Amino acid sequence: MNENDWVYTEKVQDHFMNPRNILEDINEYDFDGKGMTGNLQCGDEMLFVIKVDQDKNVITDCKWKTFGCASAIASTSKLSEMAIGMSPEEAYDLGPNQIIKALDGLPDRKIHCSVLGDKALRAAIDDYWKRNGMEDKIPKDKKKVVCNCMNVTNHDIEEAVLHGARDFEELQEHTKLGTVCGECKPEATRMLEEYIEKHFSND
Amino acid sequence: MNTRKVYLDHNATTPLHPEVKKKMKDAMDVYGNPSSMHNFGRQARKYIEEAREEVASFINADRDEIVFVGSGSEANNTVLSLINCPWRACNMDSFDRPEIITSEIEHPCIRETAKCIDDSAAKVHYIPVKSNGKIDIEALKEKLSENTLIVSIMMANNEIGTIQDIKEISEIVHQYDTLFHTDAVQAVGKIPVDVKELNVDFLSMSAHKVYGPKGVGGLYIKDGTPFCPLIRGGHQEQGRRAGTENTIGIAGFGKAIEMRKKEMEEEEERLLVLKKKLKAGLKNRIDQLKFIGHEEDCLPGTLNVSFPGIEGESILLYLDMQGVAVSTGSACASGSLDPSHVILATGLAEEYTHGSIRISMGRRTTEEDIEYTLDAFEQTINKLKQMTTYTDGIRS
Repeated sequence: MNENDWVYTEKVQDHFMNPRNILEDINEYDFDGKGMTGNLQCGDEMLFVIKVDQDKNVITDCKWKTFGCASAIASTSKLSEMAIGMSPEEAYDLGPNQIIKALDGLPDRKIHCSVLGDKALRAAIDDYWKRNGMEDKIPKDKKKVVCNCMNVTNHDIEEAVLHGARDFEELQEHTKLGTVCGECKPEATRMLEEYIEKHFSND
Repeated sequence: MNTRKVYLDHNATTPLHPEVKKKMKDAMDVYGNPSSMHNFGRQARKYIEEAREEVASFINADRDEIVFVGSGSEANNTVLSLINCPWRACNMDSFDRPEIITSEIEHPCIRETAKCIDDSAAKVHYIPVKSNGKIDIEALKEKLSENTLIVSIMMANNEIGTIQDIKEISEIVHQYDTLFHTDAVQAVGKIPVDVKELNVDFLSMSAHKVYGPKGVGGLYIKDGTPFCPLIRGGHQEQGRRAGTENTIGIAGFGKAIEMRKKEMEEEEERLLVLKKKLKAGLKNRIDQLKFIGHEEDCLPGTLNVSFPGIEGESILLYLDMQGVAVSTGSACASGSLDPSHVILATGLAEEYTHGSIRISMGRRTTEEDIEYTLDAFEQTINKLKQMTTYTDGIRS
């Protein structure tokens, strides 16, 4: 085994050591949309800011900041490269799978907690649409992250309900939601009840 | 690419002392079973008993009070498992006591064993620590009662280096005729340890933390203390730990301790000077940081420092690229999502809990190493600071 063998791929290493598109000073960057996800307590937090050419409908620039481990930094850096040149709609569809593929893979245990950049990017795009009177473009039943620590969405909660979760503990078993900071418990409990009502109500 | 390598992870493990290596090479040709009565066996026995004498005298114990085991973890497991013993043919009269007490900052081998016990045999109380890592003595007094079989409190913490007031704690514990164990894996060989002065009933040690081999530990059992082995089925170690003795490893342990007797005191002074330099350098070069652990009662070679809004694994990997090896209590590096239980127990603010770095120096650490490490830290933190969301203006 080479002593320089890393737990990460060469591409992750490259983006970690030479990150692209870091936001230097937010006060000197004239952005069209800004989005953030995660929090300090969980150990990962990401910020995305984007510039959009409205006539051409193209993201012309995007910058980021990340608090997190090597895979969090590398995945945010890679995503920023991928998003530039895309339309906001195209960039909206970028998810963890494409980012991980573009980095030649990440260790399994890193995926849930560290690949959050796409959520921050979507939040930035939402913000851009809102600022420019295009709220209707924001997907109605869009994925919304409920548990930031474990990156669990409303869709995951619905899925868990369909697979038999009926109370908060069972929901945690299915999704690992709320197992770190626990901040999401009230919202998750409300959603759980809604989805049970939606799919299994007797009326 | 620079080639300098600076190893600052001595609390994880240490390189073999050259004298230890020599001793182990000698022992490699001694293949007799130490339990055999013939000449081959007696040769091996000699190596083991010499080592026992070294270890015993180093901590002011009698030879018969030292049991060699497979690791510090095994020593700790053995002691806590006393309460769990299903056999009870031993002289553990105190089994009627259904509780044990330990702290919130113990090594995982104590925590995990305690958790198993908590699920089955007995109730476990976890004593909190203050922000400097010292045990909350008042909380200990509150939980202590005639129901307590064993109290287990580590002597020096592996992550933050805080040294507990073991003598004071054992005095309090013994008021209830409760047994007292201290995990001294990080203490023995780094600071003076005297079992008679500390008045402990059990004490765990490890060879590889003090320039000895991996896979060898020691357990001090005070003469007359009720005991039941964890590994049964042999008369070795006077029936207290079955399994043919690891002659080579034990010989190495003995030599490592012999060398500690010669080198520890001088090294302690040298490390304290280096730590002072390291601390001052970090403070001068990096504007936001926090040192974790007790200012004075701390292992001489250990320094734990945290940087707000910067994640530990990132720091570790950047330093590693520059040849500097440290460790982190960050969640990301450990594979769990929670930062180190020790760091959390000190009640640090959330922006600091993911960025703790443990620097642990050793006998070969030089002043030049520290200079180089300070440069590496400055570069690393500056780089990561540019990236973090923990910056002015982001949240507005």
